[in-house]
Amino acid sequence: MKTKLMEQIMLKEEDKIFKNLYNNLGWTLEESLKRSDWSNTKDIISKGREWIINEIKTSELRGRGGAGFPTGVKWSFAPKKVGSRPHYLVINADESEPGTCKDRDIMRFEPQKLIEGCLITSFAVNAHTCYIYIRGEYFNEGRRLQKAIDEAYEKKFIGKNACNSGWDLDIHIHFGAGAYICGEETALLESLEGNKGQPRLKPPFPALVGLYGCPTIVNNVETIAVVPTILRKGAKWFASIGRPKNTGTKIFCISGNVNNPCNVEEEMGISLKELVEKHAGGVTGGWKNLQAIIPGGSSMPLIPKETCETIKMDFDSLIAAKSGLGTAGVVVINKDQDIVKCMARIAKFYKHESCGQCTPCREGSGWMWRILERTAKGEATFKDIDLLSDVTKQIEGHTICAFGEGSAWPVQGLLRHFRKEIDKRCFSEPLIKKKRDIPYLVDQHLLEK
Amino acid sequence: MPKIIINDKEIEFENGMTVLQACELAGFEIPRFCYHERLSIAGNCRMCLVEMEKSPKPIASCAMPATDGMNIKTNTSMVEKARKGVMEFLLANHPLDCPVCDQGGECDLQDQSLYYGFDKSRFKENKREVKDKYMGPLIKTIMTRCIHCTRCVRFATEVGGVTELGAIGRGENMEITTYLEKSMESELSANVIDLCPVGALTSKPYAFEARPWELKKTETIDVMDSVGSNIRVDTYGWEVKRILPRLNNNINEEWISDKTRYACDGLLKQRLDKPYKRENGKLVESTWDEIINIVCSKIKETEKNLVAAHVGDMQSMETINSFKSLLDSIGVNNYDFREKPFYINPENKINYIFNTSIKGIEESDCIVLVGSNPRHEATMVNARIRKNFVNKKTSILSFGNPGDLTYDYTIVGNTTEDIKKFVNKQNKASEIFLKSKKPIIIIGESALELESGQFILESIKKFLLDNNFINEKWNAFNILIQNASSIGAIDIGFLKISKKNNFEFFNKLNNHQFSLLYLVGSDNLDFTKKDEFIIYQGSHGDRTAQIADIILPSPAFTEQNGLFINLEGRLQKSIKSTYPPGVAKEDWRIFNLISRHLNNQDLFKNFKELRDNTLKKIKDHSDFDVLPKTKISQENSEIGSFTNESVLIKAIDYYFSNSIARSSKTMSDCRAARSKNLKNQTGT
Repeated sequence: MKTKLMEQIMLKEEDKIFKNLYNNLGWTLEESLKRSDWSNTKDIISKGREWIINEIKTSELRGRGGAGFPTGVKWSFAPKKVGSRPHYLVINADESEPGTCKDRDIMRFEPQKLIEGCLITSFAVNAHTCYIYIRGEYFNEGRRLQKAIDEAYEKKFIGKNACNSGWDLDIHIHFGAGAYICGEETALLESLEGNKGQPRLKPPFPALVGLYGCPTIVNNVETIAVVPTILRKGAKWFASIGRPKNTGTKIFCISGNVNNPCNVEEEMGISLKELVEKHAGGVTGGWKNLQAIIPGGSSMPLIPKETCETIKMDFDSLIAAKSGLGTAGVVVINKDQDIVKCMARIAKFYKHESCGQCTPCREGSGWMWRILERTAKGEATFKDIDLLSDVTKQIEGHTICAFGEGSAWPVQGLLRHFRKEIDKRCFSEPLIKKKRDIPYLVDQHLLEK
Repeated sequence: MPKIIINDKEIEFENGMTVLQACELAGFEIPRFCYHERLSIAGNCRMCLVEMEKSPKPIASCAMPATDGMNIKTNTSMVEKARKGVMEFLLANHPLDCPVCDQGGECDLQDQSLYYGFDKSRFKENKREVKDKYMGPLIKTIMTRCIHCTRCVRFATEVGGVTELGAIGRGENMEITTYLEKSMESELSANVIDLCPVGALTSKPYAFEARPWELKKTETIDVMDSVGSNIRVDTYGWEVKRILPRLNNNINEEWISDKTRYACDGLLKQRLDKPYKRENGKLVESTWDEIINIVCSKIKETEKNLVAAHVGDMQSMETINSFKSLLDSIGVNNYDFREKPFYINPENKINYIFNTSIKGIEESDCIVLVGSNPRHEATMVNARIRKNFVNKKTSILSFGNPGDLTYDYTIVGNTTEDIKKFVNKQNKASEIFLKSKKPIIIIGESALELESGQFILESIKKFLLDNNFINEKWNAFNILIQNASSIGAIDIGFLKISKKNNFEFFNKLNNHQFSLLYLVGSDNLDFTKKDEFIIYQGSHGDRTAQIADIILPSPAFTEQNGLFINLEGRLQKSIKSTYPPGVAKEDWRIFNLISRHLNNQDLFKNFKELRDNTLKKIKDHSDFDVLPKTKISQENSEIGSFTNESVLIKAIDYYFSNSIARSSKTMSDCRAARSKNLKNQTGT
């Protein structure tokens, strides 16, 4: 009886978009064709730009790269007519967020979905050239994708007069050099142009001034890969899955202290507990042993066990819980782990990956890591904890790109939910207690204690 | 005009302004480190954050374009908190070594931390330590102080045109460095010292010399080249400690060349402080009375057409004018200001000035260089050409090969034949030129020195007149004069030329037809001494002083007031900022002494009379600091003879181009560093 109920909640097999997520059907073009990839691409394109963009708008597809910006709206920002400068489509395959590995499996096992998506999107945004910026560490995945692109060229699905649609498209792969920041769209464009990967100032947004100063649409791999299926099955079908404004299916990457770490495609708004218990084989040591979960890759604040019981995995519910869906990289942390140490490690990652362009992130990320490291060792004072909280707030919202938030939020999450845990380790009172209103320039250590 | 509300004050602003500029317009100062008006926007210091209505985050005002109806607040607690936060981050890894930092007293970080800093550091960790970099003989680096504003990088790539400066590493480990740690190959390199908001890049020659509040500051102009860059001379007692640029959008914007800035230590060395006379082949000290006696008797006993006079490259118009008055009063007819024989046409002012004006270069859409290397001849002009090139990708053509100019150009040809073809509309260059709307031609002294010098100047002028490129609105005809004194000397008429022979003075000089030479600051005059008696009046014991028989010490340009006309004809005042060493007398007083001795009469009663007299002699004069009101006339000058020869651009020893620079240790260090770089480039 229980299993039956569970099955009903689970995403139906026919509603899954990535049917070959586990490579049991084969990744080659031949095998993809059997999964109805490229089946009626020409018809879709012949319906015109307006129709495609409107369908995507009605489907309420939100970007899968982390920010969750409505994809249809983003596409409509590109100039309607090509002016003196060409348009570009850039696929962000620089998947570096710790705890996330969805794009990797799409590129390995469902490359044709991505390539078909590239063609349709390029047509929708008037681009004849599409660049796929792939993370340097994904070398084998990049080779696999290149093979898939070559196959598609051979079949004339892309290239001149792609799929007989009359639209020309070239796809190029560019390997990154292993910088996390190059996953930020403007830093990605800089890197693609051959410059140092540092985010650009916005405005202007890439949709108007992007790659080489030309209008550019930058989308995540997963976003583009779901586009053909949405157009094939209809926007209403996609919108019927999940909750309003948080529609469709999503690949969740579950890792950490679970019995069966996995990638799984599920409905948006699935409950976190179900996701962990059913697909990932439960928390190591049982649900009772759960400490906290990072729901959306390392840059999102963690949520404590109490919230995990009830939370639904979609953009808006998680924002309401002061976290975010991000890339849907679910990292489970059980009670065997030292939560402060975990966060110190994440802070170290952000310290290492900060590009160094703007002040708060450059100076703040290292500072946060050092304080956390001390706290983890039990060498911090109470004052340090307030300082840490101040530092995160001084970084948040003051940087050029969203990296600032990405490094500050996890620490804020820790402070919000595990304050007691930290307080336990702090050995001493502040050396100098806050005095009444001490005049500004008085040496405080000379005052009576 | 669109409107913006800033702190509830509604103001109008121009389209294209940023929020920061609009705030300045409204009278609200915004703190900043990375933003600089003349550089591209980086937006990385985050100090200029302001609050914008409907934006949950504060925005970087330097990067945000102002739009109609924006509502900006700069004085809310959110803004103050943000700025304080950024300031704390900046100070976190900044060493607290202000007491030993040369930037102290004029440090942006110091000033702004007064308003936005905490009284105590909360940063308990170890501070970051960064290895110092080598950036050449001018720039001292203490990179631990760097706040990564990247102003220097942007300046070097955008204005300087050298790409060697950049940032390596990321995050906390980001460091500013030069490629392979070699000195910066730019004549504008030292401007990064002014740009650096902290003490990371400071002046090497000025290190630990003085504090800014101890210095007396005089706003004056530079005479190292004919551009007349506006400078501020900082003196401590007698010594000129340093020279800084002064903003003048028409001339040098905010930059000055390294020579302008660092030749100043030459003002302290090799100075002539007493009169000298040569006895038995050796120079011996003398007194003013004695020396004037010798000079006068020498003048008296020499036949007047055997006396010749010359003024050097850094002489003010007053000096030239009083000198000419003296020469006229004693009836001397041979004088010139040119250091080498290049053709000149003094009939009309437009024939010898830079008519387009330096600022006008920015508007141009086609630039033709004729036998000129503006990078070394007039660095600031070159910077403007580069600015135009960077903004508009203007096509730049050159006759002759000037080498690296920091921008791309096409060499049309290397012979005068190519110039002839150009003016006869027979090559592609003239096609490009005629198609453009606001072209300019810059003729260098090297071209005018050729045998076809007259042909080049007159035929190009005729070509421009014929095609209506010299008119009231646009004058494409430019001569690039190299010396600060030249235009003034031409205006005063300190040259004797006839229509047939432009080089009478030089012919006689080189044939040793003169027996008495009176040289005022002429250290670059190209001639060999035979048995001429040489009177040298000048400030430095340089080339000519070595061969002189009489030495009259006079002040350098920082030590006396004077007028200078720059290459575009702009009249500017040079202000006395310090006093000359020893018993040196101002030039016009020396001439007065001689005149009194010879004719029992003063040339000028006082300096004011001299200045008034000088002002009257300026052609097409309108006012100080403005362009002259030139008249365009179709006078018939002879085109001159044509010889087919190669257009050779004479190399200038940039760091050694005048007596002050030659006396400067810094300049010789620069010269050594440059030649070392050159050696490494060729791999020897």
